[in-house]
Amino acid sequence: MADLKLRHVAKSYGDVQVLRDIDLDITSGEFIVFVGPSGCGKSTLLRMIAGLEQISDGELQIGGRVMNDIPPSQRGIAMVFQSYALYPHMTVRDNMAFALKIAGQSKEQITAATDRAGKMLQLTPYLDRLPKALSGGQRQRVAIGRAIVRDPQVYLFDEPLSNLDAALRVATRIEIAQLKASMPDRTMIYVTHDQTEAMTLADRIVVLAGGGIAQIGAPLELYERPSTEFVAQFIGSPAMNLLPGRVKTVGATTLVALDGGLEAEVAIPTRAGDQDMPVNLGVRPEDMRVTEGTPVFESTVDLTEALGEVTLLYFGTNADTVPIIAKLPGIHPDLKGRRVRLTADPHALHLFHKGQSLLYRDGPPPAYQARTAAPSGSMGSTPTAPDERGGDRIEEGLIKPVGPVR
Amino acid sequence: MELLWLAVSTIVIGVFGCVAWFWGSNWLLDRIYPPRGAKAGDNIRRAGQIRPWLFLGPAILFLSMYLVYPVLDSFWRSLFNSNGSSFVGLDNYIWLMGDAKFRESMVNNMMWLLVVPALSTVFGLIAAQLTDRIKWGNIGKSLIFMPMAISFVGAGVIWKFIYEYRASGETQIGLLNWIVTQFGGEPQIWLTLPVWNNLLLMIVLVWIQTGFAMVILSAALRGIPEETIEAAILDGASPLQVFFKIKVPQIMGTIAVVWTTITIVVLKVFDIVFVMTNGQWGTQVLANLMYDWMFRGTPDYGRGSAIAIVLMILVTPIMVWNIYNARKEVR
Repeated sequence: MADLKLRHVAKSYGDVQVLRDIDLDITSGEFIVFVGPSGCGKSTLLRMIAGLEQISDGELQIGGRVMNDIPPSQRGIAMVFQSYALYPHMTVRDNMAFALKIAGQSKEQITAATDRAGKMLQLTPYLDRLPKALSGGQRQRVAIGRAIVRDPQVYLFDEPLSNLDAALRVATRIEIAQLKASMPDRTMIYVTHDQTEAMTLADRIVVLAGGGIAQIGAPLELYERPSTEFVAQFIGSPAMNLLPGRVKTVGATTLVALDGGLEAEVAIPTRAGDQDMPVNLGVRPEDMRVTEGTPVFESTVDLTEALGEVTLLYFGTNADTVPIIAKLPGIHPDLKGRRVRLTADPHALHLFHKGQSLLYRDGPPPAYQARTAAPSGSMGSTPTAPDERGGDRIEEGLIKPVGPVR
Repeated sequence: MELLWLAVSTIVIGVFGCVAWFWGSNWLLDRIYPPRGAKAGDNIRRAGQIRPWLFLGPAILFLSMYLVYPVLDSFWRSLFNSNGSSFVGLDNYIWLMGDAKFRESMVNNMMWLLVVPALSTVFGLIAAQLTDRIKWGNIGKSLIFMPMAISFVGAGVIWKFIYEYRASGETQIGLLNWIVTQFGGEPQIWLTLPVWNNLLLMIVLVWIQTGFAMVILSAALRGIPEETIEAAILDGASPLQVFFKIKVPQIMGTIAVVWTTITIVVLKVFDIVFVMTNGQWGTQVLANLMYDWMFRGTPDYGRGSAIAIVLMILVTPIMVWNIYNARKEVR
């Protein structure tokens, strides 16, 4: 068992503090993903866990043992690097065997371990080749194999798929997921800037920003209940739209008067004192749908991007502000220049005051349960029959896609 | 004054002559095969076949004049007697095989060959690794590199002073004898002690070549991907294991290039021996022996040329291997 505990961990280079006050509990067997914009310190945090960077302040425990000053090789961890970091002068087998040789294991043990890892990763035919004779995907598998043979309690991955092309990235991602499934009691910590990798692989995602943890949670929790505007815009693509406004009516649901005269009803409770409070209304592009009734947003389409399965509508690309984006299912060839009215389900809307979600202002909200009918966003806590989901957006809307909706 | 004018006009003629040749011949080629008109395609193709020869021509000409011809001529001369008046066949080579001084030179050259490249490369590698990550490393590097800037003759003179002998009781002006007498030893005439004097001469070349090895190997060490070292640390390797099992194997190609480059310098070693012992007391080497026969006393062009040819035959395979390794490095 190897639980990881980080207590007030900080990292500074001279006067520059890159990470501060990181508190994190990772239970044995979890798959944790660190995401964040470049320069947020996610790789540094991973390297501190590995022991490649000194921990400036705070405490790191692995399996109950303080690891701050324990050399990397004795921490029970193994790391897979973005650049594979294979030893170029050693064959695949020797690459995997290096750690075991250093540890003084017998020849039989080493051969058995490398054979097993080679089999697991379909590298058996390549065991006697040098890394330069392998493709990128194979090299990354060797790097993973090098971690496997050591049988560590904790696997660390530092953007392992970034150097692979798109198709290989998907394939290797699935391999890593299967690897995790085959070792349920091993902990994995994975750094990436790729949302898809984070969403698909993680049990929990740690979003890092500005040297600290912005939010920790299950992938869909971050998607549906982001605690800050930053997390809201970081998770999900295209990013969540933010529409400024003020609280008009408080209560179990809140009525927001948006700048520009429109109004939106939001299924988030507000208190009496919140009257007239400035807020940002958050609405995801994929939660917007065309309506004939009262819209949350109305404007002329400046630009469309047809991706096949969806069409992206851009509003306000000429202005200095960030454009508003809506994502409609299906193909809509003639929308450019047309005025459209968009709305969204009250349960799919978010409210932020000074960057913080109103959901979280009384501490963490009740335990999170994923919406059963994601990703349409049309439902909140009340599940609806599957046939209703999404359908309303298309059938009821004025604008119908050309051809079938996939 | 006349010399100065000669030098200046040589430089001017040389530089402008080159420019005139490359520009003029190119211009002429374009006039003969103009890249336009009805046969533009044909003309460009023909001009393209001729152009490389125009540019390579001078180099090929001068290399043949000053390298290929002397080699052939040396070989031809080595087949003649001392003043080149009668053909003696391979007599000079047969004489060489039996000559004691030649054998001594061969043995000494072999010793130089074993000791100097090895020590220079090892010291260079150690210096490169140790100066790589410390603050004053660059100062250290400059100091170690500095002897490279000194000519072999200059270095020979400097070290001759270090090995200088004064009779017991007098003030020792040689550094080595001063140290020896400080520890209560007897001053020695170092350069006359057989075998030791060879090593003392080699130290001079090691002192010079270590800087060269260090600079090249330091660049190679920096070229090693940092992640492979970190991966080795994670795998549990100690600093020594990282150095010998991860770093050194990755720069093996560069080490080979450095080693062979120094080997070639060593085979041609002449100035140091010439200045410090002139081949006496059992320190003779091939290049100095050749010089002796060629230009000292009554010159013997036949024997001198024969030694030169032997020297060239020894250098050539190492040179070929060196170029092969250097090319592999580039790739």
